[in-house]
Amino acid sequence: MPPAQDQAMPTPDSNIVPEKIRDGIDVVINGEPFRHTGDPAMPLLWYLRDVLRLTGTKYGGDAQAGNGADLVLVDGKPVPAIGQPMKALSGKRITTVEGLAANDGTLHPLQQAFIDEDAIGCGYCTPGWLISGVALLTRTAQPSDDDIDRLPNLCRCGSQTRVRRAIKRAAAGKAGQA
Amino acid sequence: MSGQIQLSRRRFLQVLTGTAGALIVGIRTAGAVDLPPALLGGTFQALGPYVQIDSDGNVLIGARDPDTGTGVATSLPRIIADELDADWNRVSVIPLGLGVQNDQGQPRWIYGRQLGGTGGSIPAAWQELRQVGALARWLLLQAAARRLGVPADRLRCESGTVIAPDGRRVTYGSLVEVAGKIPLSKSAPPVKTPNRYTLIGAPAGDVDAHAIVTGQASYAIDHHYGDALVAVLVHCPWPDGTLARIDTAATLAVKGVVKVLQLQPEKDQPLGETAIAPAVAVLAQDTWSALQGRDKLELEWKPGASGTQSSYALEQQAQALLDGDDAPTTRVRNDGDVDAAGKKAARRLEATYVQPWLAHATAEPMNCLVRLDKDRASLVVPTQAPQRAWAVVQRLTGLAPDHIDIRVPRVGGGYGRRLDHDYVAEAVMLAKLIDKPVRLLWTRDQDFGHDFYRAASVHRISAIVGRKRELIGWNQRMASASALVQRGVPDNRLWTSETRADQLPAGLVPNYRSDWYGLESAMPRGPMRGMPHLSNAFAVESFIDEIAHMMREDPLKTRLRLLGEPRTLALAGGGTLDLGRLANVLKLVADRIEWKNWLRSVNGLGIACWHVDGAYVAHAIEASMQGEKLTIERAVCAVDVGRVINPLGLQGQVAGATLDALSIALNLAVTYKDGQVQQHDYKSYPLASMAQLPNDVEVITVPGDRSPAGASFLAMPTAAPALANAVFRASAVRVRRLPLMKELLRLL
Repeated sequence: MPPAQDQAMPTPDSNIVPEKIRDGIDVVINGEPFRHTGDPAMPLLWYLRDVLRLTGTKYGGDAQAGNGADLVLVDGKPVPAIGQPMKALSGKRITTVEGLAANDGTLHPLQQAFIDEDAIGCGYCTPGWLISGVALLTRTAQPSDDDIDRLPNLCRCGSQTRVRRAIKRAAAGKAGQA
Repeated sequence: MSGQIQLSRRRFLQVLTGTAGALIVGIRTAGAVDLPPALLGGTFQALGPYVQIDSDGNVLIGARDPDTGTGVATSLPRIIADELDADWNRVSVIPLGLGVQNDQGQPRWIYGRQLGGTGGSIPAAWQELRQVGALARWLLLQAAARRLGVPADRLRCESGTVIAPDGRRVTYGSLVEVAGKIPLSKSAPPVKTPNRYTLIGAPAGDVDAHAIVTGQASYAIDHHYGDALVAVLVHCPWPDGTLARIDTAATLAVKGVVKVLQLQPEKDQPLGETAIAPAVAVLAQDTWSALQGRDKLELEWKPGASGTQSSYALEQQAQALLDGDDAPTTRVRNDGDVDAAGKKAARRLEATYVQPWLAHATAEPMNCLVRLDKDRASLVVPTQAPQRAWAVVQRLTGLAPDHIDIRVPRVGGGYGRRLDHDYVAEAVMLAKLIDKPVRLLWTRDQDFGHDFYRAASVHRISAIVGRKRELIGWNQRMASASALVQRGVPDNRLWTSETRADQLPAGLVPNYRSDWYGLESAMPRGPMRGMPHLSNAFAVESFIDEIAHMMREDPLKTRLRLLGEPRTLALAGGGTLDLGRLANVLKLVADRIEWKNWLRSVNGLGIACWHVDGAYVAHAIEASMQGEKLTIERAVCAVDVGRVINPLGLQGQVAGATLDALSIALNLAVTYKDGQVQQHDYKSYPLASMAQLPNDVEVITVPGDRSPAGASFLAMPTAAPALANAVFRASAVRVRRLPLMKELLRLL
């Protein structure tokens, strides 16, 4: 005999058919889970920009690594989002420039240092510098000039010397200070 | 309540009351029509670059000029905020978009000049923007005088507050309602005397910095209409070529691809106002589909007459022209008699400098979002010149002037590329053909392959030196393809994009001649940051070093003797050349880099100076060579622009322009063969890496009180010659051909 409460509360009639759970590629972007159900070959860049409308990661125009404006962290490593098909990212943790600050809005020290040093030209390539800079600081707490020299980013406005200062400022724990 | 004060025949200072009693002061053009504030969220579109002070004390300042990374969205509002004595922490800056109204079918530009990245924003804004702030402050002072019962002239303003002699304080926010009702006097209140500036001359970070570092800043490329189709292009390799065969089957089979369309440049339109070349566009529901569809296009293009041209052949032609004795296309300047002076020569020197074609390589690719409704066009455009973009849209749509809405968010680099609007024409043509909103996006291969390039140039200069080491003759001949061809410029002015009649050392050498030889090329050409100073300064300032070397003299000494006593010379293009200020920047960089070690330094020291439209610049560079490895150890730059609005912004512009110019000089060249550009990506057009560039640029800004001059490219011209001069000292190799690294490795 079924439990009494089942008789007391029958399942109401409904014509709502629950949507079948769609297959897809699960990724975690800036701490939030997402499932990509479109073309598995779609590069991460277009998933971010066209699907999620996370436009902080910029299109540099290239089919492969270009000026570095499209860099993101995949499991902590800086990679060009244009060169990462979604099918290669299943289960990966992705951080974009929008995810560098803490949830309460507190900036990452390198973001603050970029503001302190005014390390910005037109600002289009800046998200990419922040991503590769954060990866460098995570790898090497006190990066040398040679370490900084190896950053892959390009900038026509000439923000490089100010970026270098900002990385050193963040490394010295002086972000946000006069 | 509203009132106005006449500034000129067509321009007025206007006071209006906004929502919740906000005080609004702006500049308006005669005949401009106010739109109801409620419709526009409290902002008055008819009002030009304006300031709005809300009753809660927040201040909103409009920025009229597009910011391509030049910092004008920060510096122009600070000019207003300083006169207002506003609290900068409570100021928000909003980009104004294009200000246009219908003046009997013609456009009325209600915000005045709207142009970015040409070095003219600050000089143009200096007079009138200050008056906006000054009038707002005057009104607030009058209102405070009534409130406090103290005459206005005994009150002072500080950071958004009026302060009475007895210490009582009233905030601006609490005064705005009364201030909006104060009767205006006939003339504009005086602007501040410089000793009372608080923001002008004080450093300020970019107003968009927080948005940029958090990825929230939006560029045109980040904008979208829900139903817009993404369009990507393949252009014909030759501007005068044609499409011989097209197979779109594989493209149309790609999921998401909607249509393939063909574009043709309109005949008889100036360059930069229509498509740059015939093109095939793939329109799709999203970017990835569009790009996949583009990859699957099967296209065969047929070359036009340009299909045989090459950059190599053009240089041969230039050299042959300079070898011969044909009359120049234009005799740009002719002082004294160079030929006669040659007979008195103690020594002569001649050298030839060759500089390559250059591409713009803006970080943000060309793009344009356009929606065409029945009687309205709405666009988001990355442009340096929204009024020129408007003209293209108007021609293609025939819409009434004020039915074209152009938004200009922050722009991801301009460098002159976005003074042209071929990509706007393409987007509008596609939107018309498909009858849907279009988001046009260029890929990088199209950007490098279909640019309005800076043309290559060959300079041949000969100098005649007298017995006392004095420069008595200078004969400069330059050959290049003008950037002004097919742009509605008369033939006798084509030289103006290539050289200047009053550039160094004109006016300083008794017998001076400058000839320009025009070359023809099918490669599209257009404005480029630093033109024409970039190429001319490299040739002239390298050559002055060569003269010094011939005379076995310190090149700093040679330069200072050439500049002579501090005095001013009238410039051919108006304005004056202040030789004292020019010598000053030269001495400043020399001191900083410890020029006295010039001869015995292990590393090479190089120096150069130049002047650009009333502003002065000098570079000193220290370079070392270890085998084939060139290292720029130090870069020092001094600039004198008169009054400095934002020293931090100026330092950024100067350091940035220095690095840009070094990157160009070290690595960059566009070449073409069979009429086709050979650079397609950043590998073949390699902007300098961090490692190639100096670790720091030491910037010296000369304090001054003259009206501010523009600085967006001021620090470009002298970087390359200072580098080449330093490389000569470090390696004994004189580089007369750019890009420098390639030539240096060839000569070593």
